[in-house]
Amino acid sequence: MISAGGIGIEHYLTVGAILFVLGVLGIFLNRKNVIVILMAVELILLAVNLNLVAFSAFMQDLVGQIFAMLVLTVAAAEAAIGLAILVIYFRGHGSIAVDDINQMKG
Amino acid sequence: MIQAIAFYFFATIVVGAAVMVIMARNPVHSVLWLIMAFFNAAGLMVLVGAEFIAMLLVIVYVGAVAVLFLFVVMMLDIDFAAMRAGFSRNAPLGLAVAAVLLAELLLAVGAYNAGGLTLGTPNGAAMQAAETSNIEALGALLYGRYIALFEIAGIILLVAMIGAIVLTFQPPKPGARARQDVGKQVRRRPEDATVMKNPEVGQGVEL
Repeated sequence: MISAGGIGIEHYLTVGAILFVLGVLGIFLNRKNVIVILMAVELILLAVNLNLVAFSAFMQDLVGQIFAMLVLTVAAAEAAIGLAILVIYFRGHGSIAVDDINQMKG
Repeated sequence: MIQAIAFYFFATIVVGAAVMVIMARNPVHSVLWLIMAFFNAAGLMVLVGAEFIAMLLVIVYVGAVAVLFLFVVMMLDIDFAAMRAGFSRNAPLGLAVAAVLLAELLLAVGAYNAGGLTLGTPNGAAMQAAETSNIEALGALLYGRYIALFEIAGIILLVAMIGAIVLTFQPPKPGARARQDVGKQVRRRPEDATVMKNPEVGQGVEL
């Protein structure tokens, strides 16, 4: 499985796993700041893309990279909608502190 | 060998930058570390020969992150004067980041010229060399077999764009800005608007 340079698919998967865990951890650590939560979500999507690209190279199948592009598109759409929601929330409340957002009683 | 060095370099820094994204006290610093993480992830992708996705990552994400940066600046109460006051204190860190980026660029070019990384194959067979470049093969797939996926991606972006516009659009409030009434403007005569006054010396004019 290990090939030239000693770097194999498992190295890439490890990096992807660490990035994913850091993203999830960031959501829990930064409960107060929505913008940092959005950044943590971007980190998670980056980990997903890294895994897709690594497997695409490993399987020698470019479909993985096509799918990574779709994930990229969805990430861009998610960021646009998330920031738009943030803008209207800021307009109404004058702050974006997540702690105060409990109107939906979730 | 240079590929392995480049891989470990990129991997270490992408993880370190991700840690800084979630640990940084200042959201502006988080955004800057996120840019660092994206650049290094793009480097990791270049190493396995996915150049197009890597460049897309840099363009789309760093562009999106710049917008995110704007939002941080707009919505959070961050004292930029206090941040700039630490310039001389932060200069070593900035220089270190610049040096790391330069080393990475050189490493990535060296590793890419040395043939990139091959991650092996599922059955252990030798990897056959690609006959076309990455972007050419991707284009053939994307505009051929996966054209439906491509169009769905376009529709997703369109929906997101319309959604963002609808969410943030504010209809003009009635009375907030006076409507233009052309007839009323044309009907206005000089005698409606101007009056002759002959005030006493030292007296004001009562309008």
